[in-house]
Amino acid sequence: MKTRVINFIKRFAAVALFAPAVAMAAGASVHLDKAPVSSEPAALQHGAKLFVNYCMNCHSASFVRYNQLQNIGLSEAEIRDNLMFTGERVGDLMKIAMRPAESKGWFGVAPPDLTLVARQRASADGSGADWLYTYLRQFYRDPSRPTGWNNAIFANVAMPHVFWQLQGEQVAKITQNADGTTTTALELVKPGKLSVQEYDKAVADLVSFLVWMGEPVAEKRKSIGALVLIFLAGMFVLSYALKKNYWKDIH
Amino acid sequence: MTTKSQAVLNWIDERFPLTSTWKAHLSEYYAPKNFNFWYFFGSLALLVLVIQILTGIFLVMHYKPDASLNASGVPVAFASVEYIMREVPGGWLIRYLHSTGASAFFIVVYLHMFRGLLYGSYRKPRELIWVFGTLIFLVLMAEAFMGYLLPWGQMSFWGAQVIVNLFSAIPVIGPDLSLVIRGDYVVSDATLNRFFSFHVIAVPLVLIGLVLAHIVALHEVGSNNPDGVEIKKKKDATGKPLDGIPFHPYYTVKDIVGVVVFLFFFSAVVFFMPEGGGYFLEFNNFIPADPLKTPPHIAPVWYFTPFYSILRAVTYPLFGLDAKFWGVVAMGASVVIIAFLPWLDRSPVKSIRYKGPIFKMVLVVFVIAFFILGYLGVLPPTPGRTLVSQICSVIYFAFFLLMPWYSKLDKCKPEPERVNFK
Repeated sequence: MKTRVINFIKRFAAVALFAPAVAMAAGASVHLDKAPVSSEPAALQHGAKLFVNYCMNCHSASFVRYNQLQNIGLSEAEIRDNLMFTGERVGDLMKIAMRPAESKGWFGVAPPDLTLVARQRASADGSGADWLYTYLRQFYRDPSRPTGWNNAIFANVAMPHVFWQLQGEQVAKITQNADGTTTTALELVKPGKLSVQEYDKAVADLVSFLVWMGEPVAEKRKSIGALVLIFLAGMFVLSYALKKNYWKDIH
Repeated sequence: MTTKSQAVLNWIDERFPLTSTWKAHLSEYYAPKNFNFWYFFGSLALLVLVIQILTGIFLVMHYKPDASLNASGVPVAFASVEYIMREVPGGWLIRYLHSTGASAFFIVVYLHMFRGLLYGSYRKPRELIWVFGTLIFLVLMAEAFMGYLLPWGQMSFWGAQVIVNLFSAIPVIGPDLSLVIRGDYVVSDATLNRFFSFHVIAVPLVLIGLVLAHIVALHEVGSNNPDGVEIKKKKDATGKPLDGIPFHPYYTVKDIVGVVVFLFFFSAVVFFMPEGGGYFLEFNNFIPADPLKTPPHIAPVWYFTPFYSILRAVTYPLFGLDAKFWGVVAMGASVVIIAFLPWLDRSPVKSIRYKGPIFKMVLVVFVIAFFILGYLGVLPPTPGRTLVSQICSVIYFAFFLLMPWYSKLDKCKPEPERVNFK
């Protein structure tokens, strides 16, 4: 009889494990490059520098305070001297001066707050970091767009290629496949200030910072979690011994 | 016990049934000694209820049910959740415990219900326990649904929009009913505030009341067991069931082991994958609610998806009424029908251990159909998927509605006189 119940559990497990796989396989998927996300302070600090210099002209991070950047290894003085430009206080939220209503008029869409972007962009195709890492490396020249730029995984994106001086200019070779879909291949035609490897590294650092910003507590959470699991494993041994001892005369 | 503490106890007992309640429900409540793995989930459901209430109390201290936009253009409710996650000391832990607790509640409750199905725990004399249990499940769904609106993300907003709109399909009263539920013509601040009120006060009160009734009814008739035989039929000279052991200390110490194992898996999710792969916290819900931007695909949270699939499976209008209305009826019926199980099962035995091949086969098919409905519910519909969900919906209802016949036809084995232990 016991084997029958166990068989049930096995069948359950099989279906339960199988279901999400099918669910994920079913969506129209986009190929995303795996983002080399780092939690090293140097990478996060470089990412923070890129973020305040390139992104924060238009995008806020309105749930993050400047002084929380101390958690990526910066001192308050370093934050104030290197990352703050417009006279905020170090305890202020990382907001921007541009108002959403105005930016909507200029770009057609208000640039979204980026605090949670790494969590928002996760999907069955990959993590939010993968999406961002792919997206930021796939801008190409498109004269038909108002900004002169388009993106291979975010068609007709409103954002211009803010890193064009770093990456250089790519053009797209769009080929029609037999099944009606198209493949976009990008080619670097005008090199930027950075080599391809250097640019990929810079984007990886920025993405690492965005991931950190999405959940600053993530590293702490995992380290506490390890202790909790060790504690519970110990509790299991004790509670199991207690149960065994109480039950030894039940026959 | 010292005479002094005995005196204090006597003083209390003359005024409040402390000792007798302790005895009736714990130290002299006799439970069958052959409980197996499946019997952990009742006490675990109680544990999760306590986790949800305690974490909920602390979340309410910081959460703000306000759909208006703050200075950064973010809804206050959404921002207050991020405030809890980032600035309230330990807030992230409280919130992840609560959000993971919601999914854990359904996992535990589904397994608890499945246990009842395996061992015939709903059969006479436990019909009322089962009916109360079904009501708990129904109320739990309402609680989860309303709670899901509170973070005020895109999925919160559009999920609520879709579900509340379903009520408008009811003839005559439908449009007004959905208006009353929303408090507005669209999901708005009014909806958020009333859902908050229901989620933190009204529904939990009903839930606790039903849980109490569930346990009182259980302790009146005594627990079933994996053999499905009544331990009260065989008693010793002192009137104690021969196969029964006092709940305390035997099952309290055993349930502690269950609690520790459960907390291990629960903590693994809370600390290492709080998003549950996008199933416990949907990725789209990290985007603040935007009434002007409908997401391309609105999927309910995983625990609703089997019933949501049944809703979507109904695509034919009938008697001049919309297919949507019949979908709502089918979805409602798919939950309510569970309550009728005690009167649908005509098998001479309770436990699957002694039931025949027909029931075992039907149960396997039912479980598979339920899982298929579950995962189709998270996907956008296509004609092929709709057909599969229609077939699975028919299987779901056939499991219940044909039970009076197939449970009678089945070749059952004789039940033993006493329970099997070791």
